[in-house]
Amino acid sequence: MAGQSRCGNDCDIAVIGGGVVGLSVAYGLASRGLAVTLLDEGDVAYRASRGNFALVWVQGKGIDLPDYARWTMGSAAAWKNFAETLRRDSGIDLALEQRGGLMACLSERELEDRTAQMSRLHNAAPDCANVETLDHRQIKELLPEIGPDVVGGTFCRHDGHVNALRLFGALHEACLRRGIAYRPNAPVEALVQMANGFRIATPSGEIRARRLVLAAGLGNAKLAPLVGLAAPVRPQRGQVMVTEKLAPFLKFPLGTIRQTDEGGVMLGDSKEEVGFDTGSSHQVLGTIAAHAVKVFPLLAGAQIVRSWGALRVMSPDGYPIYDRSVSCPGAYLVTCHSGVTLAAAHASTIAEAIATDIWPDAIAAFSARRFGDVPAAA
Amino acid sequence: MFRRLLEPSRQVTIFVNGQALIAAVGDTVAAALLLTGNTRFRHTAKSNSPRGPYCGMGVCFDCLVTINGEPNRQACLALVQEGMEIMTGAAAPKLAAYKRA
Amino acid sequence: MNCDLLIIGAGPAGMAAAITARQAGISVVVADENPAVGGQVYRSVETGPLVQSDLLGADYSSGRELAEVFAASGAQHQSGTTVFMIERTQTHGFTIGLATSERARMVEARHVLIATGALERPCPIPGWTLPGVMTAGAAQTLLKSSAIAPEGPTILAGSGPLLSVLAAQYARAGVKLAAVLDTTPRGNWLKALPHLPGFLMSPYLLKGLKLLREVMSAHRIIRHVSALEAVGEGQLSGVSVVASGRTFMIPATTLLLHQGVVPQVNLAMASGVAHVWSEARLAFEPALAPDGETTVPGLFIAGDSAGIGGAQAAQARGLLAGLAILDRIDPATRASRQTQRSRAEASLARSLRGRAFLDALYRPAPQFRMPADDVIICRCEDVTAGDVRRLIARGTQGPNQMKAFTRAGMGPCQGRSCGLTLTELFAKQTGRSPQQVGHLRLRAPVKPITVGQMAGLADAEQRD
Repeated sequence: MAGQSRCGNDCDIAVIGGGVVGLSVAYGLASRGLAVTLLDEGDVAYRASRGNFALVWVQGKGIDLPDYARWTMGSAAAWKNFAETLRRDSGIDLALEQRGGLMACLSERELEDRTAQMSRLHNAAPDCANVETLDHRQIKELLPEIGPDVVGGTFCRHDGHVNALRLFGALHEACLRRGIAYRPNAPVEALVQMANGFRIATPSGEIRARRLVLAAGLGNAKLAPLVGLAAPVRPQRGQVMVTEKLAPFLKFPLGTIRQTDEGGVMLGDSKEEVGFDTGSSHQVLGTIAAHAVKVFPLLAGAQIVRSWGALRVMSPDGYPIYDRSVSCPGAYLVTCHSGVTLAAAHASTIAEAIATDIWPDAIAAFSARRFGDVPAAA
Repeated sequence: MFRRLLEPSRQVTIFVNGQALIAAVGDTVAAALLLTGNTRFRHTAKSNSPRGPYCGMGVCFDCLVTINGEPNRQACLALVQEGMEIMTGAAAPKLAAYKRA
Repeated sequence: MNCDLLIIGAGPAGMAAAITARQAGISVVVADENPAVGGQVYRSVETGPLVQSDLLGADYSSGRELAEVFAASGAQHQSGTTVFMIERTQTHGFTIGLATSERARMVEARHVLIATGALERPCPIPGWTLPGVMTAGAAQTLLKSSAIAPEGPTILAGSGPLLSVLAAQYARAGVKLAAVLDTTPRGNWLKALPHLPGFLMSPYLLKGLKLLREVMSAHRIIRHVSALEAVGEGQLSGVSVVASGRTFMIPATTLLLHQGVVPQVNLAMASGVAHVWSEARLAFEPALAPDGETTVPGLFIAGDSAGIGGAQAAQARGLLAGLAILDRIDPATRASRQTQRSRAEASLARSLRGRAFLDALYRPAPQFRMPADDVIICRCEDVTAGDVRRLIARGTQGPNQMKAFTRAGMGPCQGRSCGLTLTELFAKQTGRSPQQVGHLRLRAPVKPITVGQMAGLADAEQRD
């Protein structure tokens, strides 16, 4: 099998970015027999893969872009098989649960707005996620610990969550077992197209690759223009806390509160425009905690053992960017802020598109050309 | 096993797993429990293995016990108080264990 | 409760700094998570059951005077109070999160001094998570605060000054240990020799000899111990020992471990203070100006969290930091503090004399810092050295990526029990220096607070 042969300095395709997005694409490419080299940064880097909220989430996604609703729905639907394949390939169970998810609303106004949004989304993409509006009593039947301030919420049975750190580790392990050449501590210093591919300079040496996938998250903003692509992405900080391990009490995740399979309850997540600052602040953490206590009053007594800030990779409209370069054929761009939900699609549809260089309709809407004034792309 | 070198001057009664015990004013909960021969304070949520006090100064979080209904309190930092109720042996607490704050 | 200076830790450094700062009348708050002042070295020095006895030694008694002056200084002592975060404000000051068991709040201070002292170096031997195994420091704390000593076969094992101190204190109390197992590697004596002159001129020499006599006359000492294993089913029942090539088992119900102490780094690292690896002391230490200021302007560190030096050095560093903070507040009167400063500098130099010898002599052997594959290194998440080594071989870059893959360092202790081990395992296996490897990234809250307490912080009006 070609995928078993490790490629070193010379390979079919180089994936730049060792996060969940890059690993998912690399895993899909290696599974299709390509000799892949994966370039990753060091221990300290902007890694959304270490700080995300681990939802496999559908509801509310694609309000302004029905293609994204379908794309998300497709990936969520593919997740079960993806998790199972990955478990076989890595020996690591991802603790995937897709038993639904709830957005809790704390006022009638919020609930009305949310319901209206969901029905707008349903009208735009009727084949997609079915979202029900639940009142307080209905939620209480599902989650007896819910607080009196929760007037209702929207529930989607396609939503779920996963252990995202184990997803990260499993992708890593599966990629290695599939023969991918993993190059850590190799941030890209220079990127040049040659006659027969690309030359990539890193502090750990130079790599030549016939083709190239940019999956470097926020790093794509600087790399993309080097190969005739555009990645107008910016950091958006989210702060998250996790409590001590509790006995299981949450049957399914809420949009900002979920219990991990290990028992800790994660509380998130802010949306802050603070540049590349991954710190945390007591005002934001306090606001997140106050919200959590309104939703589950008993959580007030649980101890927070850690908090962190991580940076989302946001495009101007919040949707992914998938592109291939016209001026530098063989260069591709994959970037999004929902790398967990979309991991299944990245390992299948996106990997297939890149492997075959055939761009399916399903992803045509995600070119950076939608932002207008960017370099021409295919 | 531990023993006192001096008889305490002032005593309090505490309840450990429902049993009344005499402890000295100024004892930490960890000290009071160790004097009863109890070194197994809790079980880990991950492997359910027993743990007891290790660092004795609030660093390691292995001496966690339930104090007056509050789970996962550090026994090495809390001082005994008259009537205090202490439960040992717990693993991950239930949400219902948290009193409404 | 805003103040000019907030000090974290009421040990010798924190108390000395508070006393010094109060001389100039500035407002000082000292937060400490323990019930009373003293830190670890002077624990329960005011009201402990043994303060009237000479069992704990003259050094301990000397802490009483410091505590008395501190109590009269007018500094506000907040006991049972954990500092869980330090944030910089826009206006060259700090917002500090304080938590008691009841509530959390943010207070503002123009200057902050971290004097959180040391913690014992991780001692990851097989079976170290068994109930019945604890640190020598933990046992000494029980002795100081409650006059409690082990009963039944007890083994004290490891290396470092505290081993002799505790063994001597037990000897005075009539507590006989089953054995003192000295893991100091033979070769350390040779490496320590160049530092001997400083040691000979230091107060440690006489003290050390006296302690040694006491220990040897009371306990059985086994030297050249090269391996230790705590054995038992859910509870310690014995210790397997390799000494001078022989392997044997000693029954025990209590095992007290010690491999020296290292600075507490969590609060400082989470506050953005740069740290530097000390190869001599095998630990990260904050990068400090001579007056104790960190790389974060206005944030100072003194005492053993600045670098291990013992109680006298801590007191001198606390005094110097207190003076430096007064200089910032009132530069015009700096000269008036010169005599005090010179005296403290001399005292610091005197008390650090001989440390290099002790550092070299008591440098823990590699097998006690980087154990075999089946040994747990992260107590909170049950991660073994083998889990870590396997992933390093798979290309995992450093402690933070390791944390994501194994959960090492993710538990409530936040890497305090495994951080150094992780760094050293990486350095050893990849050939990089510990400085290059770095430490787990630490973040607030550095000690757990409840969700309810955190929720209370959202309202800025909570401040008082």
